[in-house]
Amino acid sequence: MSILIKGGRIIDPSQGIDGKGNVLIENGKIKSYPKTTKKYEGDLDVKVIDAKGKIVSPGLVDIHVHLREPGFEHKETIRTGCESAAAGGFTSIVCMPNTNPVNDNASVTEYILLKARTEGIVNVFPIGAITKGELGETLAQIGEMYEAGCVGVSDDGMPVMNSKVMRHAMEYVQAFDIPVLSHAEDKDLSGSGVMNEGEVSTQLGLTGIPCASEDVMVSRDITVAELTGSRLHICHVSTAGSVRLIRAAKKRGVKVTAEVTPHHFILTDEAVGRYDTNAKMNPPLRGKKDREAVIEGLKDGTLDAIATDHAPHSEDEKKVEFDLAPFGIVGLETALPLSLKLVEDGALTINQMISKLTNSPSDVLNLGKGTLKIGENADVVIFDPEQEITIDRESFHSKSKNSPFDGWKLKGKVNYTIVNGEIVYSG
Amino acid sequence: MSFKHKHILGLEELTAKEITLILDTAESMKEVSERDIKKVPALRGVTVCNLFYEPSTRTRSSFEIAEKRLSADVLNFTLSHSSVTKGETLLDTARNLEAMGASVIVIRHPLSGAPWLLAKELNSSIINAGDGSHEHPSQALLDLFTIRKIKGKIKGLKVVIVGDILHSRVARSNVWGLVKLGAEVRVVGPPTLIPRYIKKAKAKTFYNLEEAIKGADVVIMLRIQMERQESVYFPSLREYSRFYGLTREKLKGADRDVTVMHPGPINRGIELSSDIADDASSVILDQVSNGIAVRMAMFYLAASAGRNQ
Repeated sequence: MSILIKGGRIIDPSQGIDGKGNVLIENGKIKSYPKTTKKYEGDLDVKVIDAKGKIVSPGLVDIHVHLREPGFEHKETIRTGCESAAAGGFTSIVCMPNTNPVNDNASVTEYILLKARTEGIVNVFPIGAITKGELGETLAQIGEMYEAGCVGVSDDGMPVMNSKVMRHAMEYVQAFDIPVLSHAEDKDLSGSGVMNEGEVSTQLGLTGIPCASEDVMVSRDITVAELTGSRLHICHVSTAGSVRLIRAAKKRGVKVTAEVTPHHFILTDEAVGRYDTNAKMNPPLRGKKDREAVIEGLKDGTLDAIATDHAPHSEDEKKVEFDLAPFGIVGLETALPLSLKLVEDGALTINQMISKLTNSPSDVLNLGKGTLKIGENADVVIFDPEQEITIDRESFHSKSKNSPFDGWKLKGKVNYTIVNGEIVYSG
Repeated sequence: MSFKHKHILGLEELTAKEITLILDTAESMKEVSERDIKKVPALRGVTVCNLFYEPSTRTRSSFEIAEKRLSADVLNFTLSHSSVTKGETLLDTARNLEAMGASVIVIRHPLSGAPWLLAKELNSSIINAGDGSHEHPSQALLDLFTIRKIKGKIKGLKVVIVGDILHSRVARSNVWGLVKLGAEVRVVGPPTLIPRYIKKAKAKTFYNLEEAIKGADVVIMLRIQMERQESVYFPSLREYSRFYGLTREKLKGADRDVTVMHPGPINRGIELSSDIADDASSVILDQVSNGIAVRMAMFYLAASAGRNQ
């Protein structure tokens, strides 16, 4: 079956395309951009999608997702995580290794990819652990995981505190040309912190996580990347200090890339309000100046990608005392409308925003995704950037509903998500 | 004016008028406490549960006496600290108590915000008896009540709070209450125990006790928690006591009629030299008996607000 997407505004930053046109998909690939559509209309073998007034772009790419399987299937499974991705316009997602067992060897990687092939409706790329069990002590089976399909390594959620271990990881990955993804946090400085250290934490009597706990580690990681010449990717940047450090490192030619989450460019620690556990994540929501700095970082290219850090947790786990609630929120189904807010506010052009969600994250991990080039697999999203929507957690496809954006009125509705030429979501 | 808070969770969310109303109501409750028959029927037929996740003989007893003087049926539920992380969740426990008929829950909990969770999820009226490092409204209200009784006013007084401000719920509630009622509040302690963002609450920060105490009308000494010395906040209790323990010498710069207060229990020779502790003991005992009147007022006003909603 072929698909003709007719009359939309095609935006593909990977090719510098922005204009009205048609896209023809055949045998799962981008076939052509036909000038006229007459000969396809009425052809029973061609499904025609009228994209008038909509944007047609490469399917979105999220390089920071927790799919929770194996081990935490009550929060999310590979199946529901992929469905959530599709509903949010994502066609490729990268999943973090903090499962149970940890993805620190090829057999876990293979299990994840097998599940993704049989039950997943979007492309899934696993990240392997840096160290065995994410314990920060000895290197995980990085080479074998790479062969099995891992596209990078990270001890996400559990920073590698030992600088020597980090050094060896950054050296070792160069044999496979994959980056180290760093959850940059000094665990000692963070202590038992549960939210940003600032006026709000002081008022609420909650232990704070200072910005310095991120900045110190970003600084160390950049220094070690300089020493080793490795590719380094900084996950979920949340502070003005990190942005400054990464900007300067890039200027010096260090091979560093970085991502920011929608919640860090939309919210501040004020969102914690009266102990709202759906505003508890790590890194925590920061202050106003940090929020402005990450937006500036997106604008000037210091931050390469928007990634969700989609972190599902069940209702029961979140409905407890703030200190006891796990860190993290779901993000796949809110990322696009939240990112469009940056466009509405004039911080990014629509082209820049789409780039941060397609070719740019793909390039961080060499995924070869996020493009509508002729001959490539047809991963496409069609969305209406102007249509008003109300975020409703009950309508999430994710198994978990832990979002601080429930009830928000935003703009941007996903109409179709197409993966390898198949419509996997329409709404 | 009528009181509209069914829950009393903290002084941060009360206005100066509301705080004053509680203090005024406590005056009449104090009168009840001085009668031969110390009982009024305000809470007759109401079951109040004291849900305590931290050991606290004083605060719990004070709440219990207040409840009984208002003729409430009292249910005490004390859980060990470890049950916070193991076993039944806080919400499940509280729902059970509600099912037993408790319509007022007094909660003491080691984690900040726990009373807010109950207030959001339950129908009962929630009274915060101290949550983590956050607020301890009944203690601050009885401090305010005691200060007002001794000094005749609160506005314009120079009040110094000494010690571990970072972890102290008593300090936080007192800062809110005192500032709202127009006092000049100073906090003093080692820099590791003074939160960097306390200035937002309009309290002045000092690291030197003598400087902070200059011209003070009231000095509130916080109890230093012995377990903190295991941490890296200060080198030793001996050194803490040398710089931040209150002695007659250090008190010289204060106002001649300075009042020294302590929420108790005192670590003699650490926060307070023994002679000061003896001098201050009458005030400290006043604080304890005022505590009952203030808690009666809290119940009385919260219950009437609950009935009106």
